[in-house]
Amino acid sequence: MSAAEILRAAAPVETSAPVAGETPRLRIQDVRLEYATRGKTVVAIDNISIDVPDNQFAVIVGPSGCGKSSLLYLVAGLAQPTSGEILLGDEEVDGPGPDRGMVFQSYTLFPWLTVRENVEFGLKRRKMPAAEREAIVNRYLNETGLAAFHDAYPKQLSGGMMQRVAIARALANDPKILLMDEPFGALDSQTRNTMQKLLLRVWEENRKTVLFVTHDIDEAILLGDRIYVMTARPGRLKEEIIVPIARPRTMDMVMDPEFIAVKRRILELLKNEIKDDEH
Amino acid sequence: MARKRSVVDLCLTPKEEVPGALRYLVSTLVWLLVIGAWSFATYGGFMQDIFLPSPTAVIGAFFRLLDDGTLAQHIWASLQVVVIGFLISSLLAVPLGLLMGTFRVVQAGLEPLVNFIRYLPVTSFVPLFILWIGIGIEQRIMVIFFGTFFQQLVMIADVSRGVSKDLLNASYTLGASRRDALLHVLTPASLPGIVDTLRITMGWAWTYLVVAELVAASSGLGYISMKAMRGFQVDVIFLAIAVIGLLGLFTDTIFRLVRLRLVPWAN
Ligand SMILES: Nc1ncnc2c1ncn2[C@@H]1O[C@H](COP(=O)(O)OP(=O)(O)OP(=O)(O)O)[C@@H](O)[C@H]1O
Ligand SMILES: [Mg+2]
Repeated sequence: MSAAEILRAAAPVETSAPVAGETPRLRIQDVRLEYATRGKTVVAIDNISIDVPDNQFAVIVGPSGCGKSSLLYLVAGLAQPTSGEILLGDEEVDGPGPDRGMVFQSYTLFPWLTVRENVEFGLKRRKMPAAEREAIVNRYLNETGLAAFHDAYPKQLSGGMMQRVAIARALANDPKILLMDEPFGALDSQTRNTMQKLLLRVWEENRKTVLFVTHDIDEAILLGDRIYVMTARPGRLKEEIIVPIARPRTMDMVMDPEFIAVKRRILELLKNEIKDDEH
Repeated sequence: MARKRSVVDLCLTPKEEVPGALRYLVSTLVWLLVIGAWSFATYGGFMQDIFLPSPTAVIGAFFRLLDDGTLAQHIWASLQVVVIGFLISSLLAVPLGLLMGTFRVVQAGLEPLVNFIRYLPVTSFVPLFILWIGIGIEQRIMVIFFGTFFQQLVMIADVSRGVSKDLLNASYTLGASRRDALLHVLTPASLPGIVDTLRITMGWAWTYLVVAELVAASSGLGYISMKAMRGFQVDVIFLAIAVIGLLGLFTDTIFRLVRLRLVPWAN
């Protein structure tokens, strides 16, 4: 079977239409984002529409500078779209809030707080009683394998551990959706594999809706239920691919023919983009 | 096994650590060298003692002024002025500086004025202050305040401007309000920079103190220097300088300890 055939067999339905029983948790509708810099306007995102159903792990891949981070910032409410709207459930996104947790591309732990206090930050803002807080924090420290380091300060941690704290910190808030912007981009490949395994396990336990940005295609296929491939800037949606690989996922699935078929398809889509970008 | 490197090799490698004992040895040596040169010049008779007193003369002056109580009295007078002036300045500059670095409107309002005043030499205001508030302790406190406040303001504003926006964004996605972000992110993130700023400006405060006391005062270490000059008591001038240096070292050590205690996560 060719790559295209496998994909067609796996995803016979019109991909962006919500499947029965799945409510579209996140709806990005005709969103456009322009940046004004020194009198010139730069179009970072050019009319993107994406529906992410509930409890899905959605991944965005695309060439560097195509607006992936910008898109997550829009969903987080940290930036406003020039036009279009973003809906989470029935509510329009208007400003940042604890229902949309985010793990950033750069390290953003609070250096003056210990691991435990970092994870506790959001709960404290909500004035949750101490006993309740402790139970939640302990749960996520255990899930992310950080229990032994709960008293350490961020500067004592490795990059991988810092991102684990960032994940635990976002999850402790029990967000409706988790936004992750190349969280493992700065890690060496071995640590990245460990983190992918950890994220797969944590995700199986929580099944939160996730919007995950990466430039690592293997990572995208390994983690994602569906993959949105973006064009070079101005970022548009090029294709939505549903990953026909069963869960739970394991690292050795990278050798499966389905995996390779999806990978070939994404590489093909991106190759054209990089060529387009060169002139 | 790694080859053992010679001490000379370590000494000549940029940024390489050397054994602690060697560091102490070298710093002691430099002190001994300075004191040795000083002793050589004075005991050897190369310098007249009305220009350069011998070490023993300065130690003599120390015990003389210690015994009659004047040293303690003048140290206390100087400390009072520095501490009060510095405290008032810091209490105002820390919150205002944080706001100035955080809110563009506050910055737009204050920055041009503050930068203008900051470059005016404090010393040029001394006559004005004397005219306005006389030669009492208030005038000297005013000089310290004027010398440190505007510098602190600009430096602390820079510290808070340097706090990464990602940290604020992270706090917003965790449910922090703007007030939370200000109190629980910006302020703690700025704390190491604030302590450093206070430590540096404390050094400047001592300088302004002496200026103020040299011009118009009836007590303080600058004042006894001035009086000693008129009486050709050069040993007392040296003593006053040494005491100011030691007090500066003392306050600096306090700030170092405060930093270790207050922001252990940044060391
Ligand atoms: N604040 C800003 N002002 C002006 N232009 C911006 C701003 N932020 C981003 N851009 C531009 O918008 C485009 C998209 O940026 P964005 O950071 O979203 O891309 P990205 O896909 O996340 O890139 P990367 O893969 O490097 O992380 C880029 O061309 C960038 O130069
Ligand atoms: Mg990015």
